[in-house]
Amino acid sequence: MATYSIHVNGETKKVDVAADTPLLWVLRDTLGLVGTKYGCGIAQCGACTVHLNGTAVRSCALPISAIGTSKITTIEGLSKEGDHPVQQAWQEVDVPQCGYCQAGQIMSAAALLSKTPNPSEEQIATAMNGNICRCGTYHRIKEAVVLASTKMK
Amino acid sequence: METLTKTSRRDFLKLGIAAGGGLVLSFNLSDSLAAIVKGNKSLAATVDFNSYLSISPDDVITIFSPNPELGQNIKTSFPMIVAEELDADWKKVKVVQAALDVKKYDRQLTGGSGAVPHSWERLRKAGATARQMLVDAAAKRWNVAASTLSTNNGFVIHTNGTKLSYGELATEAGSLPVPTDVKLKNPKDFKLIGTAVANVDNKEMITGKPLYGLDFYREGMLHAMIQRPASFGMKLKSVDATAVKSMPGIVDVVTFKNNVAIVGKSTWEIMKARKALKVAYEKDGNIESTSDHDRIFKELLDKPEATVRRKDGDVEAAFKNAATVIKREYQCPFLSHAPMEPMNFFAHVKADGVELVGPTQTPDRARNATATLLGIAPEKVTVELTRLGGGFGRRLQADYVVEAAELSKLINAPVKVTWSREDDMMGGSYRPAVRYRFEAALDSKGILIGYKLRGVGVNAGNSTREDNFLQVRWKIY
Ligand code: FES
Ligand code: FES
Repeated sequence: MATYSIHVNGETKKVDVAADTPLLWVLRDTLGLVGTKYGCGIAQCGACTVHLNGTAVRSCALPISAIGTSKITTIEGLSKEGDHPVQQAWQEVDVPQCGYCQAGQIMSAAALLSKTPNPSEEQIATAMNGNICRCGTYHRIKEAVVLASTKMK
Repeated sequence: METLTKTSRRDFLKLGIAAGGGLVLSFNLSDSLAAIVKGNKSLAATVDFNSYLSISPDDVITIFSPNPELGQNIKTSFPMIVAEELDADWKKVKVVQAALDVKKYDRQLTGGSGAVPHSWERLRKAGATARQMLVDAAAKRWNVAASTLSTNNGFVIHTNGTKLSYGELATEAGSLPVPTDVKLKNPKDFKLIGTAVANVDNKEMITGKPLYGLDFYREGMLHAMIQRPASFGMKLKSVDATAVKSMPGIVDVVTFKNNVAIVGKSTWEIMKARKALKVAYEKDGNIESTSDHDRIFKELLDKPEATVRRKDGDVEAAFKNAATVIKREYQCPFLSHAPMEPMNFFAHVKADGVELVGPTQTPDRARNATATLLGIAPEKVTVELTRLGGGFGRRLQADYVVEAAELSKLINAPVKVTWSREDDMMGGSYRPAVRYRFEAALDSKGILIGYKLRGVGVNAGNSTREDNFLQVRWKIY
């Protein structure tokens, strides 16, 4: 066990965990931020996607010891009121089915749009490719990403 | 007020049960008692019209959605049906997931695409009954005939244009007798049903609120993962957990049936410790293999006898007269349902009862299976429903619930059992393996004149049910 100071959603949090603990489990088990989901634990499904300095990463494959001073944003910290353009678009399009994958989808989409505000269909497909939705809401995900890109302007 | 027990209050106010509706008029006991304690007058006066809805004096309409929500939007569609007949203002409706309650609700399960068809009528009756009681209350207050009054968007309206909100009438309405025969709307008058209504959990889902079974945490709760045999037909031979037990965060390693449970303080610690577990298995009967399944399929398909589900016309004649006969077989192996949220359940077996919380499509089955396993009455088991991160039929089974309860009893502690994705893919209950043989008879112009379908399944039946096929009659030439 070791103590780490991490920056999550604009706050500094001290956690006492083993060095190899994936960020996912620090968020969920230690900090109670359960919006970030466990789907596979091996960086294959995207359910655990968070931002590390604005880039989408798989928190299940990111050990706490590798984070240092990087800034982490989770679904809970994407916006104060749940009104980030991507969240607005997700709500308007009513994207979720079971909803379990959607926090990860939203985090991937938000990271894409912050760097590429006007993505092509191909860029959307590439950026969202690593996020699996077992319910198959892909058509609505794409629609919402396009809608969100109009809201980012 | 404190001396009022739940039972006495409930019995006192239980006025009647409408046929088929399970409509029990009673006060919302838990809410009202809690509110009385807190001194909240408005909440204290909240009236339960029946098992499906309650209305507070400040116009908040709470509609309970009894069936498990796994992504098919039942938590939105059920309340919509109640709200439709109630003529409620949807914007003022609060939807609450009901826990398992076999006395209040019928068929509290989600599966087989049956939830809405089965509940349609009783949900409509629930809304219509409450609406009628509100109209009756207004009629009494205005001293007019109920038949002259109408309702719209949460108000009862007098012919002279005066109106009273449902909240204003709730308390009075709650003291009236429950009508046994209520009129349902003509579907052409539906205002809410048939419109696109956003999922009621939409905002919670997109902001990452705790909704799912895996999101359930409780102070003092332990975490566990279970090592199960790597294939069907294997049983536990020996377990060496010495290394595991000394690893950080590990509380216990418990063996039961063919399971080895690693119990600890956090998910990662048990995931890590699990790798240090030394466990050996041995054969226990036949180890199932795909080649066995293929052989069984072939044997079954070639067997002369079959249960005929449907036969139209002279099929044999059509095949005899055919210019061409095409025969094809298609098969689907045993597959993991792989819901996005891995299997999990929270269980706390206490001296006086069992608390279960988690994602299940069949809460009553989970309750009964747990009661049977522990040798207690089902009434001693409560099941609270979380949202399900998908089900696809996997969560019709109760194996993962019973397992959590068994473990909780063994370790005498509240515990959440989580399946890893690997556990989910490698074990548990799979989708049935099926194989179908299609035969088509074509005439010289290539027109279909005869058609045969035969299906078989391994250990699971198959789905060649007649209602799974087109309800048109094949025309035999
Ligand atoms: S849980 Fe991290 S990618 Fe699946
Ligand atoms: S909404 Fe169910 S997995 Fe994506």
